Amino acid sequence: MQPCVLTLLLLALLSGRVPALYFHIGELEKKCFIEEIPDETMIIGNYRTQLYDRQREEYLPASPGLGMFVEVKDPDEKVILSRQYGSEGRFTFTSHTPGEHQICLHSNSSKFSLFVGGMLRVHLDIQVGEHANNYAEIAAKDKLTELQLRVRQLVEQVDQIQKEQNYQRYREERFRQTSESTNQRVLWWSIVQTLILVAIGIWQMRHLKSFFEAKKLV
Amino acid sequence: MFGSLRVLLQVLWAQLLCGWVLGSELTFELPDNAKQCFYEDIIVGTKCTLEFQVVTGGHYDVDCRLEDPDGTTLYKEMKKQYDSFTFTAAKNGTYKFCFSNEFSTFTHKTVYFDFQVGDDPPLFPNENRVTALTQMESACVSIHEALKSVIDYQTHFRLREAQGRSRAEDLNTRVAFWSIGEALILLVVSISQVVLLRSFFSDKKTTMTRVGS
Repeated sequence: MQPCVLTLLLLALLSGRVPALYFHIGELEKKCFIEEIPDETMIIGNYRTQLYDRQREEYLPASPGLGMFVEVKDPDEKVILSRQYGSEGRFTFTSHTPGEHQICLHSNSSKFSLFVGGMLRVHLDIQVGEHANNYAEIAAKDKLTELQLRVRQLVEQVDQIQKEQNYQRYREERFRQTSESTNQRVLWWSIVQTLILVAIGIWQMRHLKSFFEAKKLV
Repeated sequence: MFGSLRVLLQVLWAQLLCGWVLGSELTFELPDNAKQCFYEDIIVGTKCTLEFQVVTGGHYDVDCRLEDPDGTTLYKEMKKQYDSFTFTAAKNGTYKFCFSNEFSTFTHKTVYFDFQVGDDPPLFPNENRVTALTQMESACVSIHEALKSVIDYQTHFRLREAQGRSRAEDLNTRVAFWSIGEALILLVVSISQVVLLRSFFSDKKTTMTRVGS
């Protein structure tokens, strides 16, 4: 019984989540995804690559040499994760500032022969906040019963909701500042333009009057 | 010790069985004149929902198209800002959905989509249970479902707020740009008016002196 349990344990912990959605990426192409998240939120990304095999005319797992370069930028354009992973990888990061984080992927292939005419198929899955939690691990580490694990899941969900609400307040303030700035600008520039118009009018009349007086036409 | 081990086993088994039945939610940038396609292998009979919204860019619209494994178009809409489409998979195979910004010449768009395939994996394999859920457990399940819809509404609100904020920031820059532009045009036009007028009278002056003498 025990070895069976252990193998199951190993299998499940190693397999993690199998990314289902996929898209195609060219050789020098960089694909970026945006995640707008509150602070102290964990993001786990899983990806798996496949390369088109001409002889067998199907997509097969890419060779270990072909990896993906993952770069994560925080809302202030500062790079918080910049690493190269193999053909199958998992990247994790926790946000420290709320805002739009950019996750960019591109292949590290420099050998043109691997990619000839084809595209790389990338399976990707990004889990944010509460979805990133591995409940099996938590149950094992804290030795929780079924009911306790359910309640723990609810607590994590409510935590995420609370963080999102705080972030919403911060964003609404930014929105209000932008609207007030627009309001100020419209007001100020209307006044300035009216003043310019009046000043230009006065200048025009005075200049032309002195001009015509000089010409002895008036 | 065995109790928690049993729990662990059940959770692991659930993950193995249903670990791949998950929703994908992504926000990506779609450059002008570009098309981005996503694919997913779906089993027949699974209820799926595709929801998308344009967050920033231009007129906040995009073309969307969903095809089944045989290439039949299940859903096609042009220049839509937001939509939600539910369908049940009639065939096994790879379903494809594409977002196109080919009608736009110079605006990049940011598109959010949420593709839900099947139901979320349960925390435990409830179908294997001999006894029904206790009251506490069923209360937990209903709270979990309610919280999931709260998070869903929060996401929708966040996207609408991002869209509104993007429009407000666009408006702000446009107001500044056009105000400065108009002030400059005003100055240039009035000065050139005076210069032009002066040039008319400068010619007449020479003819007048010739007539006088």
